[in-house]
Amino acid sequence: MSTSIETRLWIAQRASAALLALCVAVHLVTMIAAVRGGLSATDILGRTRGSIGWAAFYGLFVVAVSIHAPLGLRTIASEWLGWRGRAANAAAVLVGAVLLACGFLAIVAVTR
Amino acid sequence: MMNAGWRNRGHPAYWAFLVHRLSGLALALFLPLHFLALAQALRGAAALDAFLAWTRSPWVEASEIALVFALAAHLTGGLRLLLIEFVGWKSESQKALIAAAGGIAAFCALAFALNLA
Repeated sequence: MSTSIETRLWIAQRASAALLALCVAVHLVTMIAAVRGGLSATDILGRTRGSIGWAAFYGLFVVAVSIHAPLGLRTIASEWLGWRGRAANAAAVLVGAVLLACGFLAIVAVTR
Repeated sequence: MMNAGWRNRGHPAYWAFLVHRLSGLALALFLPLHFLALAQALRGAAALDAFLAWTRSPWVEASEIALVFALAAHLTGGLRLLLIEFVGWKSESQKALIAAAGGIAAFCALAFALNLA
C-alpha cells in the first residue's frame, strides 16, 4: 500500500482514538453507575428509547470504533502474523463493515 | 543495529505495549457479541431481560469485570500513546504515566465490581 494511504490510515487511527477516548470515558462512567442495583431492560431502554442524544452519541461511538478496531487488528496481523497485503486489507474492511452493521443494529434496538 | 522485532522486555513500556495490544484484541473480539446482545431488544424488553438474567452468573460477571479493566486500560494506555506521539517521549515520566494508566484502569474495574456486587 502506498505511503500516502498508510499516512492517512495512521491519521484515521489516531483521530478515531481521540474521539473514542471521550466516548469510552462517558461509557465507563455510565456503566459503573448503571450496574448499581442490577441491570434491567426497563432501566436501559428507559434511558435510551426515543433519545436522540444517546442515539447520536452511540452512532459516533460505533463509527469511531468501526474505524479504530480494524486498523488495530490490521497492525497486529502484520506484526504478529506477518499477514499483509490485499487479503489483510480486505479482511480489515470486512471487520469494519461487520462492526458498523452490528453496532447500528444495537443502536436501533435500544433507541427506537 | 537492532532489528525491527527487538523490544526491551525489561522496561515497563514493553508491558504497557503488551497490555494495550491484548486489551485491544479482547475488545475487538468482544464488540460484535456486545452489539448482538443489545440487539436482543429488537425482540422486546423481555428478550433483553432474559439475556441480562444469563449475565448474572459468576463467570459472566468475572468476565465483565475483566472487560471493564481491558476497556479502561486500553483507554488510559491509548492516551499515553497519543501523548508520546503528539507531545513527545519524556523518558523520566514514562514509569509514572504507565503506573497512572494501570491505577486508573484498576480503579474503574474495582468500582464496577463493587457496584455489581
